[in-house]
Amino acid sequence: MLQSIPFLPPEASTHATQVDLLFLFISSVVVFFSSLIAILVIVFAIRYRRSTHRKATQIEGSLALEIGWTVIPLGITMIIFVWGTVLFFGLNRPPAQSMEIYGVGKQWMWKFEHMDGQREINELHVPVGRDVKIILASQDVIHSFFVPAFRVKSDVIPGRYTYAWFRATKTGRYHLFCSQYCGTMHSGMVGEVIVMEPADYEQWLAGGPTEGSLAQNGEKLFQQLACNTCHRSDAAARGPNLAAVFGSTVTLNDGRKVTADENYIRESILNPQAKVVQGFQPIMPTFQGQVSEEGLLQLVEYVKSLKSQQAMPNDNRNPATVSPSEATTPKAKVPSK
Amino acid sequence: MTERHEHVNYLNANYGIRSWLLTTDHKRIAILYLVSITLFFFIGGAMAVLFRLELLTPQSDLVTLDTYNKLFTMHGIMMVFFFLIPSIPAVLGNFLVPMMIGAKDLAFPKINLLSWYIFIAGGALTLYAVIAGGVDTGWTFYTPLSTGFLNTHVITAAVGIFISGFSSILTGLNFIVTIHRMRAPGLTWFRMPLFVWAHYATSIIQILGTPVIAITLLLVGAERLFHVGVFDPNLGGDPVLFQHMFWFYSHPAVYIMILPGMGVISEIVPCFSRKRIFGYSFIAFSSIAIAVFGFLVWGHHMFTAGMSVYAAMVFSILSFLVAIPSAVKVFNWTATMYKGSISYRTPMLYAFGFIGLFTIGGLTGLFLASLGVDVHVHDTYFIIAHFHYIMVGGMVMAYLGGIHFWWPKITGRMYPEGWAKLSALIIFVGFNLTFFPQFILGYMGMPRRYGAYAPEFQVLNVMSTAGASILGIGYLLPMIYLTWSMRYGQRAGDNPFGATGLEWQTASPPPTHNFEHPPIVHSEAYDYEHVEEMPVVG
Repeated sequence: MLQSIPFLPPEASTHATQVDLLFLFISSVVVFFSSLIAILVIVFAIRYRRSTHRKATQIEGSLALEIGWTVIPLGITMIIFVWGTVLFFGLNRPPAQSMEIYGVGKQWMWKFEHMDGQREINELHVPVGRDVKIILASQDVIHSFFVPAFRVKSDVIPGRYTYAWFRATKTGRYHLFCSQYCGTMHSGMVGEVIVMEPADYEQWLAGGPTEGSLAQNGEKLFQQLACNTCHRSDAAARGPNLAAVFGSTVTLNDGRKVTADENYIRESILNPQAKVVQGFQPIMPTFQGQVSEEGLLQLVEYVKSLKSQQAMPNDNRNPATVSPSEATTPKAKVPSK
Repeated sequence: MTERHEHVNYLNANYGIRSWLLTTDHKRIAILYLVSITLFFFIGGAMAVLFRLELLTPQSDLVTLDTYNKLFTMHGIMMVFFFLIPSIPAVLGNFLVPMMIGAKDLAFPKINLLSWYIFIAGGALTLYAVIAGGVDTGWTFYTPLSTGFLNTHVITAAVGIFISGFSSILTGLNFIVTIHRMRAPGLTWFRMPLFVWAHYATSIIQILGTPVIAITLLLVGAERLFHVGVFDPNLGGDPVLFQHMFWFYSHPAVYIMILPGMGVISEIVPCFSRKRIFGYSFIAFSSIAIAVFGFLVWGHHMFTAGMSVYAAMVFSILSFLVAIPSAVKVFNWTATMYKGSISYRTPMLYAFGFIGLFTIGGLTGLFLASLGVDVHVHDTYFIIAHFHYIMVGGMVMAYLGGIHFWWPKITGRMYPEGWAKLSALIIFVGFNLTFFPQFILGYMGMPRRYGAYAPEFQVLNVMSTAGASILGIGYLLPMIYLTWSMRYGQRAGDNPFGATGLEWQTASPPPTHNFEHPPIVHSEAYDYEHVEEMPVVG
């Protein structure tokens, strides 16, 4: 229905339709009040134009009017406030079962990495009708992930992860813009989101050459960086066992409790002293400058893949033998807490 | 009308360049500011013309992307820091605040002159940064781009802005002390013209807000030069902290720009309606409310920067609240016209334009205060259109309206009415053609600061560029005929518009000490019932 209105960009997500409805509501408020003011100004200017037989009537003011034109606009803005806030909360709460894709912004390109390891540059393939959550990282300055057709925008900030999610409703190719000024080629940091039928998407996923899934690459990196010498499940562990840590509540040595999300894991790699888990010594060195943003994302994904009821490998198994299906089979006992 | 050839006034009291550069007369300092900010306005405007020409085509062809980025950066810096912020306060405020309250000068005349020198020093340094190669950070200086990724004259421009900030602080300080201490006998707070109230509110923001931008820019410099990690995450800093600090000043700064404009409109509308203003105290207190609430809404510039949803909620509701006092003013100005006796002189035409454009600018703020819609339009042309409706449609309209209204007082000569009306019309048409299409572009998704863009945006961009050329002509015309009128304009009487206000009770141009006899105030402001209108001249 809304698509028949000229100048609206394509509506290609569930969220887009909701934003457009609110946009049209606010537009009607804006048109109503600016027309009201314009008409009053014009009518008064003509009706009360200067003439020799009439003098101005002095009017001091009117408390009733002042209250009226304070309270009525206040009421209307509060409707807009509640409506807009509800949409924003929805936009900031990705559904739990969302399909996740990692995105890295850098001067001046977008790189995306799918769970199975497919990588693409300035293109993002997604299936229609599924909740998709993009976990965003920046390698240099602040960028912003903006898909007008989805009415979704999220700044991509160096030093932390941010998120955007959407459920595409129409197949097609849509603009992807960087909307935060990021230097010389800012206006060249553009790409396309390609929304496909799920079957086509599966085919696309299977098509490209990959170098292992994100989690597999993360595991390789985990061993290359020798993380597993300390983070292990046996008694010799000098660092916390990472099995099932993702999404859990972690108690720190200063008594604080934090949720282990992507940002927590990222920070613990780059700035290990910031949040030390209770019962452990602050002995972990920083990996700042040793791991690229993409490497960090792989490590994060690896830690995430160590779901509950499973544990981390204790020994240096050959990483080549790990397959995604194995990642879900228990390898060792989870030590009791 | 008496001939005033022999009348000694602030303009002919003495001559020579020294008498201007060493003056402590607030009226002469106002003229110094007028000349300097006009220069900065046309430099900033020329840059806008260049990048609007570049945007005629989707490709980056007229200038390189690097040059494009420098053009919009310098346009923003020039217009915001060296035109909009000083415009009404430093020119009209400087000239009129002492006269409106019946004082012979500001409280600290030497500090007033110092503030102009500081302003010029800051402006010269920033101009040097332009000539030496430019800056391409955007006027917002976002980190870590500005601190670690650009090799342009960031420090020079930042220091220029840092320096000119002190000029703003000193002017604010001068106004506050003057308004408190130097009002004429009988001029109680609630008899003051609303122009003075608006400048009081503005001065509070200047004093409280400007130090924060100064600190922020110093930290940017420290990070660039000495790698002190404040904003750059690689040095342990937080890039979003910069945005909080920057907007803690720069959002209230929007009110530094618009409040004095509202003050001008509150003078013009009653005068050309021959009526006392509707709801005086509501307009006065709405200025103070804007100054206070204006400090609490900065977070609405960061709704997409991963802010907690609850913080965003608070900033959103406060942003809606700050819209209310502005709405109250618009309703009161409109009500002032009701049953008035309205004449369409040039200042009133500008006031009509202001009310219409400011209303659109203010109301489109509702889209941005609303979290759900802001996410989509943030950092697009929608924002550009919105704030140009406030800054150019509102503020520059009010500034030009004020310049025309007080031109006879400042120069003793009338502006040519026909030319002035024509250019007001040209500016109104050119403005709307330039900026209205940008609302649509923004909602369609065109991001700001793009030197090259997707082809479907071209038609609206061509309209915008066409509008900008009309707007450019509209701005050149007053520059020409006002200069002409200083020599050839019809001589103005003391009070050519029959306006209330102490500034109209002295000669045009006023004597050096403003009043022959210190005035005593017996009545409310805008007592148009008892002021006879002068025969129309000019």
